[in-house]
Amino acid sequence: MINLKINGKEIQVPKGTMLLEACRQAGAELPTLCYDEDLRLAGSCRMCLVEAKGRPTLVAACVMPAENNMDILTESEDVVEARKVILELLTARHKFDCHVCEKDGNCKLQDYCYKYGVKESSFAGEGPHFYKEDPNPFIERDYDKCIMCTRCVRACEEITGADAINLEDRGHHAKISTAFNGILADSTCVFCGQCVMVCPVGALTSKVSAGKGKAAQNEKVLTTCTYCGTGCTLELNVNEGKVVGVTSNRDRKYSPVNKGALCVKGRFGWDFIHSPERLTTPLIRENGELRPASWEEALSYAADKLKGVKEKYGPDALAMFTSARVTNEENYLAQKFMRAAIGTNNVDHCARL
Amino acid sequence: MEEKRVLLEYADQINPESAADYIKVGGYKGLEKARAMQKKDLIDEVKKSGLRGRGGAGFNAGMKWSFVPQDAPVKYVVCNLDEGEPGTYKDRIICEKNAQALLEGMAICGAAIGSDQGYIYCRGEYPFVVELLKNAVKSAKDAGALGDFDIEVRMGAGAYVCGEETALIESIEGHRGEPRFKPPFPGVAGLWAAPTVVNNVETFACLPYILVNGAEWFAGIGAAKYPGTKVLTLTGDINNPTYFEVPTDYKLRDVIYKLGGGIKNGKKFKAVQVGGTSGAFIPEENLDTQIDFDSMGAIGAALGSGAVLVLDETRDIVDTVARITKFFEHESCGKCNPCREGTFRMCEMLHKVNEGKASEKDLENILRLAKVMRKASLCGLGQAAPIPVESTIKHFKYEYMRKLV
Repeated sequence: MINLKINGKEIQVPKGTMLLEACRQAGAELPTLCYDEDLRLAGSCRMCLVEAKGRPTLVAACVMPAENNMDILTESEDVVEARKVILELLTARHKFDCHVCEKDGNCKLQDYCYKYGVKESSFAGEGPHFYKEDPNPFIERDYDKCIMCTRCVRACEEITGADAINLEDRGHHAKISTAFNGILADSTCVFCGQCVMVCPVGALTSKVSAGKGKAAQNEKVLTTCTYCGTGCTLELNVNEGKVVGVTSNRDRKYSPVNKGALCVKGRFGWDFIHSPERLTTPLIRENGELRPASWEEALSYAADKLKGVKEKYGPDALAMFTSARVTNEENYLAQKFMRAAIGTNNVDHCARL
Repeated sequence: MEEKRVLLEYADQINPESAADYIKVGGYKGLEKARAMQKKDLIDEVKKSGLRGRGGAGFNAGMKWSFVPQDAPVKYVVCNLDEGEPGTYKDRIICEKNAQALLEGMAICGAAIGSDQGYIYCRGEYPFVVELLKNAVKSAKDAGALGDFDIEVRMGAGAYVCGEETALIESIEGHRGEPRFKPPFPGVAGLWAAPTVVNNVETFACLPYILVNGAEWFAGIGAAKYPGTKVLTLTGDINNPTYFEVPTDYKLRDVIYKLGGGIKNGKKFKAVQVGGTSGAFIPEENLDTQIDFDSMGAIGAALGSGAVLVLDETRDIVDTVARITKFFEHESCGKCNPCREGTFRMCEMLHKVNEGKASEKDLENILRLAKVMRKASLCGLGQAAPIPVESTIKHFKYEYMRKLV
């Protein structure tokens, strides 16, 4: 065990614990922009800097293991000044249109500027000029708001494995880019939107949800994705009784299957919900024409027909084909129905093809 | 006071590529001795010599080696020949005059830590040195001088930041040249996550002489806490702009006025920047300082790479520093916020001062940013970038003041 002092408080943590976690245990929550517990460490935003007495420079708590006899200050004058200057540097390159920003109210840059009282930047030279026009229908890439935390790059590489984006160029000119600074459609991007999930600011947002309701103001309804049998957890964003978007819930307790990660369908393919073309009642075909029917009528009609076939030709005259796009539970019920209710083993599934 | 040539004793008298030439003047005796020693004794010998890193950080070489876990199956020896500091060319000179001593030094390090693979990372602007070194390695291998120790020469692509040891490692691995956070230090997890010793050319090249002549001999040369010799490269407004090898207790004033032959065209001295572009500017009153690491540190400067840039009385300090900030703005890798955005804004503000458009408030902002960059940047590049700015505002403030609106 390692013994150290944080803001005067003696604490003990297991060897290998990073200062960020040790500080948390000592009741000191540190600001972070590049840190993401699901991604490899970067140590680059320098927001979690703390003062370790006796060291000439400030140390980034997310990448510094706790050591015996460390004496840590998390909000000393130097630390607060460094955070303020870093925020001022970031705001100088950031496009502030919070009033129309999708991330308004759910933005780390906004939160930290508020916390540290950064109203304007002392570094008012060249402003943001990193916007990337990308005609894809899903992901807005407004790098005029990018703070270069590289969480999107790491998520693309480590969660999805698509390696579609990385850093291009150097220094202040460095930017998030696909190969040859192209558009996402020409890259290995699969539009899963994991980059949108991890972006702490408004640089990466959903085009499908744009203008329909800010995430911070939406009601979140935890549910399971219905697109396939994987069973990913997601949050439907509901605004004035309408679904306006999907966000991730990354809490392991609620999202044990996907830890927040989704695919293009789960994250962006929800607009069918309020489509006027969507079927909302069962239809029965009579004389070549479909007519609306009640569930009771439709189910009785189907049951009668199935019974009729079974009586006339035997149970093996019937077969059930199901789909990988329905849930495991529904597939289970389907085969159960065929074996127990109908009495046949004629059950098959599209994923077997 | 004269030069003291150890590494450059046979400069221009032997062919640097030829192992046979080097052996004729006593080469590879140090490696022979090192291989006959126990690893621990060898590391202790290097520690005892007091040899400290010649790349700029001044860390005790033997101490660095002792951090390498002996039981790791694969270990690497990496030579830093990125030499990107403007005005610095001492590593090139050492290679061009005595390349075999570098190879022998790397093999000695290999014997100490139990590694049979070395890499030389050569700056992209030195393609001719790459050729020279490849030939030198071949000559040494053919002569059997290196035994089973192999050396591969890798070439950089012109990024200053790759002189930082972890960025250098990333570059050898084929990644973007960006520094890693430390710990873990390369001695524990370096190249391809294996324990790695990264030392500068000059550090390695000292080793054969330490082994042959003994640790006490080396420890007795120059300044007690930073013993040995140092190769310096003189540039700027100086009569004799060339390289010298001097004992480390040599005084800065003697470097400029004795070896350097004084200021060009009979002009007066204004300032000297030691250690490359990231070094502090030193005024006249501090010239009687020894060049060793600690003495330079005591006056708020750094020996660094050993570059000595002399400015005469006609030079415009603010203009010079504004150009320096442009260099750092260009060379910042962009990984951490204080350096990526800081070098850019620093460059903007210094140019504003230089163009006569800045106020005292801007000067305050410059100092405020400088302090945060120094304390909060991830690697040495961002930490050192504001030093020329801060040191000139300290010593030559009137030059800034007269340009303010």
